[in-house]
Amino acid sequence: MNQHFAALRKWAVQTARLCCGVPDYDVYVQHLHSHHPERTVPSYAEFYRERTEARYKGGGGRCC
Amino acid sequence: MQAAVIRPNLSPAAKIAWTALAIIGAFCLGVVALRRGEPINAIWLVAASISIFAIGYRFYGKFVEHSVLKLDPTRAPPSVLRNDGLDYVPTEKWVVFGHHFAAIAGAGPLVGPVLAAQMGYLPGTLWILFGVVFAGAVQDFMILGLSLRRDGRSLGHMLREELGPFPGLVAMIGVLVLMMIVLAVLALVVVKALTHSPWGTFTVAATIPIALLMGGYLRWFRPGKILEVSVFGLALLLASIWGGRFIAESAVLAPIFDLDAKALAWWLIGYGFCASVLPVWLLLAPRDYLSTFLKIGTIGLLALAIILAAPALQMPAVTKFIDGTGPVFAGNLFPFLFITIACGAVSGWHSIIASGTTPKLLANEGQARLVGYGGMLCEAFVAIMALIAAASLHPGVYFAMNSPTAIIGTTVQQAAETISQWGFVVTPDELLQTAHEVGEQSILARAGGAPTLAVGMAQLLHNILPGEGMIAFWYHYAILFEALFILTTVDAGTRVGRFMIQEIAGLIHKPLQATESWTGNLLATAVCVLLWGYFLYQGAVDPLGGINTLWPLFGIANQMLAAIALMLATLVVVKLKRERFVWVPGIPAVWLLICTMAAGYEKLVGPISFTAAANKYATAMATGELLAPAKSAAAMQQIVTNNRVDMVMTALFMALVVAMTLFCLRAIVRAWQTNHPTAHEEPYVALADVATP
Repeated sequence: MNQHFAALRKWAVQTARLCCGVPDYDVYVQHLHSHHPERTVPSYAEFYRERTEARYKGGGGRCC
Repeated sequence: MQAAVIRPNLSPAAKIAWTALAIIGAFCLGVVALRRGEPINAIWLVAASISIFAIGYRFYGKFVEHSVLKLDPTRAPPSVLRNDGLDYVPTEKWVVFGHHFAAIAGAGPLVGPVLAAQMGYLPGTLWILFGVVFAGAVQDFMILGLSLRRDGRSLGHMLREELGPFPGLVAMIGVLVLMMIVLAVLALVVVKALTHSPWGTFTVAATIPIALLMGGYLRWFRPGKILEVSVFGLALLLASIWGGRFIAESAVLAPIFDLDAKALAWWLIGYGFCASVLPVWLLLAPRDYLSTFLKIGTIGLLALAIILAAPALQMPAVTKFIDGTGPVFAGNLFPFLFITIACGAVSGWHSIIASGTTPKLLANEGQARLVGYGGMLCEAFVAIMALIAAASLHPGVYFAMNSPTAIIGTTVQQAAETISQWGFVVTPDELLQTAHEVGEQSILARAGGAPTLAVGMAQLLHNILPGEGMIAFWYHYAILFEALFILTTVDAGTRVGRFMIQEIAGLIHKPLQATESWTGNLLATAVCVLLWGYFLYQGAVDPLGGINTLWPLFGIANQMLAAIALMLATLVVVKLKRERFVWVPGIPAVWLLICTMAAGYEKLVGPISFTAAANKYATAMATGELLAPAKSAAAMQQIVTNNRVDMVMTALFMALVVAMTLFCLRAIVRAWQTNHPTAHEEPYVALADVATP
């Protein structure tokens, strides 16, 4: 039961963040570790700032 | 090698279940369509919609997936091939679904069906149900499928690739113009809702300091804690709705927030300028969070309210206004119903989103139907709910709210008399009473969908959560919810438009392209704001209230884009040598072409055209006569000019549609004559070969 709740919570948080243009931070860190071990890992705050700027750079957008 | 297409067979139990659902759906739809005389319950409509959507998703969606797009779960999607952890990330399918739905659901599906309710609930319902299954969801799904096979490229990019650079450029100009019209019309919805409404204006204005607070909190205090700050912001928003009542009742403060349409238009233009010049973290991003969460929450709340309150539909199934004499918008059922309800049935705007972030997130081609086709079905359900909210209102109240003052007059006595003559008996007291209940001075001539939906929603919510003065609270909650996400669209759209304009300006004078430069930034923003601001201001001073004039222009533009997207899909089907299925995107494309061209033609020549309106005022001017609402010769001149601009816009859209149709036809004929596939798909890579364990 608790597991289901944790999964649901993770889903909700991930979806809510993605709707605001912020993808999953853990996934990004994992990606950096496995593909670009030479790069420094940004903190969540840095990651968040970069994504916020990128979101409104143009393209895509949302519906009427 | 491409894996064989899997066609799952139905088990006997599933066959029985689906047949039963089909019978239930057909029966409910029969009740909705055929019962006359007594009001039917909205639940019939909800049940019919859900059955039709389930059947459409399971059978037609699957057919498009397996036969037309031939999606292949063994093929590696862009998210895996180009995984960068940021834009291209394989993501859980329900997360992608939630994100996609939040991106496509906007004000469109809430406004169009409310306006179309003047013809009764049946025409709108049928167009939404069948339009979405055969056109809207097919468009979203096919464009998503196309983009998935092309590294997640955008619609513009795909058009350039498949049709050539020039047609691609023509289409992109169309998109830019469409965006300006969208921003103007949406901003006008807000203006209509807030005109002389101190309570509403205060709550919407309060979102600015709230967003600034949230922005500061996220920047310096708790960086990136989006959910936490949104809860805090939401609490402040609810407090501002509650406080708005005291502002409206205060003799000192009420006049400050009591603005007319022109003043509101100027405020919005100024606000749009500031919001897109300021750093995004300060105002734009926090408002975006609030509006996204409020939107999803309110859609859920509306669904719950409709199911619990189970209202009766008081609007007749079909009204006499199908003949084109309706007060809300002019024009016959064909083609104007199909232009008025765009988002919800089929919306060209979605093709931009379906080829934006979503294809870069899907972890598997097999999940595209859920997100592309399923996401659009959900939006259609939002449209059905908006229709229910409007149709469950007293028809007299509905017409009083949505007709321009030029038709129903400015007092409740005149309005009640005119509307009663149409056969929707209503007394001045009923209109006053409704205004009083929602805490407004007047509800007359508030076209634009938001206020109507707000009254409908307030009454539904009041049914399930009764309480003294709660209708007024819910009404302003609904207004705030719509205004908030419309304004977010306006900010973000202005910013996107600014980058587009800077890019074009960069072709002429290179330094203007630098997005960091303040000169280029301020200049491009000013141009962008002036473009949509012109149409907004025009709507604010329009004799027919603006929405009546501008919404058809928006509908024509939006459906034009849908037609272009569907033509692209048709072309790709032919290029892939699957001519047998050319009708799947082809028939909706042809239908939308017919609708946009017919509506464009009627808006260009004939009694309800912009040309006729311009001529009427020009003739009156020549004889020195003044026609309402113009009070001076200058105002008369302005109305003439505005209508001439709208004429040019309509002609421009029609020329665009014709040009794109010819480009597509030429490419289709060429592809048909070629005996091998010519589509620009990326080569097949097996998912198993790239996926990390």
